[in-house]
Amino acid sequence: MQCQVCKKAQAKVHYTQIHDNQVKKVDLCDACAKENGINDPAAFALADLVLGLGASQKIEEVTTTTGAEVACKNCGFTQTDLKKTGRLGCSECYVTFAEALDSLLKNMHKGTRHRGKVPPVARRAMDLEAHIRQLETDLKAAVAREDFESAASLRDAIKTSRQLSPAS
Amino acid sequence: MTPILNFLIPATDACRRTGPHDKIVFSSRVRLARNLKGAPFPGHGRKADRIKAFEQLMPAISGLPQVAPDPYAEAMDKTSAHEKQILVERHLISREHATKGSGSGLVLNREETLSVMVNEEDHLRMQSLLPGLQLDAAWSAIDAVDSALQEQVEFAFHEQFGFLTACPTNLGTGIRVSAMLHLPGLVLAEQINQIIQAVSKLGLAVRGLYGEGTEALGNIFQVSNQQTLGETEQEIVQRLNKVVLQVIEHEENARLSQLEKRPNVLFNQIGRAYGILAHAHTISSKETMNLLSLLRLGVDVGIFPGTPRTVVDELFLLSQPAHLQLGRIEKLDAEQRDGVRAEMLRQRVKSIPTPDHTRVAVRTESI
Repeated sequence: MQCQVCKKAQAKVHYTQIHDNQVKKVDLCDACAKENGINDPAAFALADLVLGLGASQKIEEVTTTTGAEVACKNCGFTQTDLKKTGRLGCSECYVTFAEALDSLLKNMHKGTRHRGKVPPVARRAMDLEAHIRQLETDLKAAVAREDFESAASLRDAIKTSRQLSPAS
Repeated sequence: MTPILNFLIPATDACRRTGPHDKIVFSSRVRLARNLKGAPFPGHGRKADRIKAFEQLMPAISGLPQVAPDPYAEAMDKTSAHEKQILVERHLISREHATKGSGSGLVLNREETLSVMVNEEDHLRMQSLLPGLQLDAAWSAIDAVDSALQEQVEFAFHEQFGFLTACPTNLGTGIRVSAMLHLPGLVLAEQINQIIQAVSKLGLAVRGLYGEGTEALGNIFQVSNQQTLGETEQEIVQRLNKVVLQVIEHEENARLSQLEKRPNVLFNQIGRAYGILAHAHTISSKETMNLLSLLRLGVDVGIFPGTPRTVVDELFLLSQPAHLQLGRIEKLDAEQRDGVRAEMLRQRVKSIPTPDHTRVAVRTESI
């Protein structure tokens, strides 16, 4: 039997993991087993093989209030799937698993906030959000200095802007 | 639809394209990963989901002015295993995409500088591929395709995470910028590991000829960014460009110092490479790549006056398994292929005049 990691050496370590009633088996050679920390079973998961050692620990356990496993409402992808494959099921998964992914992304990338290209649809929404936040700041300031005339027009402006926002 | 083999530019012409620094840089590539908003990623979705995405994306892409005129657009299940392998050897699709069947597709422009894979790991993997060091130009070209497509299709995007991808390693910009480098000087000078380590420390990856998990055959290395989130596309492109320019400088210095300090070692290796390529009757792909690398180095240092580099580059391509299979009905096994490869090399290397190291001394400055 061949090692599933290096695909070269003979597999000598046969590891079985039972998680959420699912059985996963991995066959490794001595060197790869050591490298992946198999001598410490608590620290090992298949996601490590895909995303690098320690990835699965960084995918933090997030459970619902009832204790059931979190699954994506859009595509049904579960936390177990994420740990198993190191990938996500659909774009909505990033919202579902945002919390769990946070520390993983910190280690993987330069930052955790996108600074590159923004699609026009998202750009308009983001600009509108920024505009509303500015109006709200102005409104607070107007109220503080008891300029109720400006405050009233700002309140109306916020209301109009909110109606344009796709989030509303 | 024209079959892909008729659509593709002949190997000779494909290898004749030139670009800045093409003595050391084979090609520059910028790839963007994009997904449709709300739809399951190809790896998680059912076949019906993939077909739906395919039917939406294929006409949108092939209608773009950027890929006009007459792009190639076809489903992967209509492409034979041999044709897919040809596309991999031309670096027009990934090895992963070559395993895909129904629901996956490819759009390719006439010049073969733009290729869009539909339903690879993500709904869209679009790349711009240019000869030599042209990372900026490659980025602009694929940026234009992406922007034009966004007028018709809404991509999965998150204010914090950026463009959403199946694998979190591509998240944010979804960009992979890479340059394919020929570094025989650094390998001969035994400095390549230092360079690889230095480049890795900058958050860049160094890989073999066909990307992830492949061996560096023929002293060909691919340098690419690993991080995609937290920086702008321009920052990533500029950093890679800067690093590649530095590697070029180190490679040129390594070649010069080998030529000064150990000219006999260098001439011996190039001469032997020529001898084997010109006379072998069976030769493996691996040995061929390593010998062609030395032949290319010989052309660069001036041992083969009058022989253009493109002749060697064409041999690199024609030695690959699927290219050797071209024009043959019976399927070659590995052993037959080694024979066919040697025959092709014997014939073509014949047209290259025998190495003449006495021509090198006077040309050292221009190396």
